[in-house]
Amino acid sequence: MMAVAENAPRPRSYGLAIRHAISFFGTALTAVCASIGAICLLIILGYVAVQGIGAVNWTFLTSLPAPVGEPGGGIGNGIIGTGITVGLATLLAAPIGLACGLYLALFGRGWFPEAVRFLSDVLSGIPSIAIGLFAYVVLVAPFHHFSAVSAAFAFALLMLPIILRTSEEAVRSVPRTMREAALALGLSEFVTTMRIVVPAARPAIITGLLLSIARVTGETAPLLFTAFGSPLWENNPLNPMAQLPLQVYNYAISPYKSWHQQAWGGALVLILAVLVLNVLARAVLSSRWRR
Amino acid sequence: MFLIAIYAASGFFVLLVLLLFASLVKGSWPALAAFGAKFLWTSEWNPVTEQFGALPLIFGTVVSSTIAIVLAGLVGILAAAYLAEFAPRWLARPLSFVIELLAAVPSVVFGLWGLFVLAPFVRVALAPSLQHAFGFLPIFSGPISTGTNMLTAGLILALMILPTVTAISREVIVAIAQDLREASMSLGATKWETVSRVVIPAARVGIFGAIVLALGRAIGETIATTMVIGNKPVIAASLFAPSYTLASVIANEFTEANGDVYIGALLELGLLLFLVSFIVNGLARLLLFTVLKGDRA
Repeated sequence: MMAVAENAPRPRSYGLAIRHAISFFGTALTAVCASIGAICLLIILGYVAVQGIGAVNWTFLTSLPAPVGEPGGGIGNGIIGTGITVGLATLLAAPIGLACGLYLALFGRGWFPEAVRFLSDVLSGIPSIAIGLFAYVVLVAPFHHFSAVSAAFAFALLMLPIILRTSEEAVRSVPRTMREAALALGLSEFVTTMRIVVPAARPAIITGLLLSIARVTGETAPLLFTAFGSPLWENNPLNPMAQLPLQVYNYAISPYKSWHQQAWGGALVLILAVLVLNVLARAVLSSRWRR
Repeated sequence: MFLIAIYAASGFFVLLVLLLFASLVKGSWPALAAFGAKFLWTSEWNPVTEQFGALPLIFGTVVSSTIAIVLAGLVGILAAAYLAEFAPRWLARPLSFVIELLAAVPSVVFGLWGLFVLAPFVRVALAPSLQHAFGFLPIFSGPISTGTNMLTAGLILALMILPTVTAISREVIVAIAQDLREASMSLGATKWETVSRVVIPAARVGIFGAIVLALGRAIGETIATTMVIGNKPVIAASLFAPSYTLASVIANEFTEANGDVYIGALLELGLLLFLVSFIVNGLARLLLFTVLKGDRA
């Protein structure tokens, strides 16, 4: 409180009118700053939409990439590949993340839960490329073979901290009395948690899950040396697999005009997927099924 | 049984993070053994002669992140002040949401836009006018041969971390006690004086935490930077010169690297990124923990 008192406005020699003018312009400046982010988002979305819409059609969404110079070609295998990889990552990360979140919410005191939280926060800040290197070292290098599984593993590590913290907060926000009432009625710990606590926290848990999926759907860096990419339809996750973000990246840095067009088209599909996931996540949280 | 399962999951999680660190150390061992600490301050990056020094990459990472943090810090804090203090309620919520959506845009899309829209703009418009006005400063002198340079990378990074600075600073400012505002207003301060001289100073620790967190993002950002920074391991005073970052080198060279030393050197860059972001995020958590009581930090 003392520090604040020293900073408190002191009487000024200039008049009230000038102070009000400064206040007005200061406020206007902050408004301009707040709109910069929003305007940039609109500009980027606008560019991607205008440049990309010409490339997107049914053939583009459902066919294999064409060699340079040939017309047509698309991102069909990339969409499938990204779907498989993100799906696998979700299967890996969701159970572990939810279990850790439950653990932290129910037994969250002491040095070990603190350590889990600390590591989770740190993990969420580790650059995705470093996580990709880790996946390479443990799942690609020993087998001398790029694979979608290794990419899913890297994605799962990126998703874990998000799932863990959102599910912890979700479960924590369920009134303790509900849990105590269920236990007092003789339900086991497991049944209480799964049938009483988790359903009450479900919307927030699903929101966290959707946000974590959105986070990795557009992720490119770890894919470079895990999933690697492929020009074929590939359904076996033990093999290298085409990935949409990787296709956008490779088309963008290529020297060919027609591939740049494909990059914009792919970016449009990617950004729509990510935005839909984000909006969906909000919608789940604010919907009426919240108890 | 159930309890054992959730204990085991948490233990597994901890092991996983420790394994991450251990495997990066193990993988980079050939380079650690060959170059030692010299790796950090020699500036030759030559795969052919197997000489690896990371100084130009560290330089590129530090400078591009600094540009980003200065720009995004200024704009983000003021934007947070608007959203938390000045904006009418009907505007504050949708505007916060839109700014957070900016964080959801995939980095490859930022890179694409940066490469085809921002880089040409920097080359033909922004860089020449900066040079015209401030050409006497070494950072704005030198030839403008390409749009993919340090300045473009800094601008793209600024845009990418702006939502982080804004969202967390906003939370910190909202958490400041209402009493302070009322006390200041009742002493006759205007709204602006209250915010700029009472509220923001009171929130400074948390705002600093937000900036540190955003810095971590900028340091580790890979794909967008790789697409717009020009990818040349040189140390130049001019912001119009191409540069290279730790993460970009890994992205560009890892799949083509051969030999234990080369791969080890790239893994050592990854280890460096891991350690830096470990420290940066630990610090940010410490700064934000007291302010937000662990909600977010």
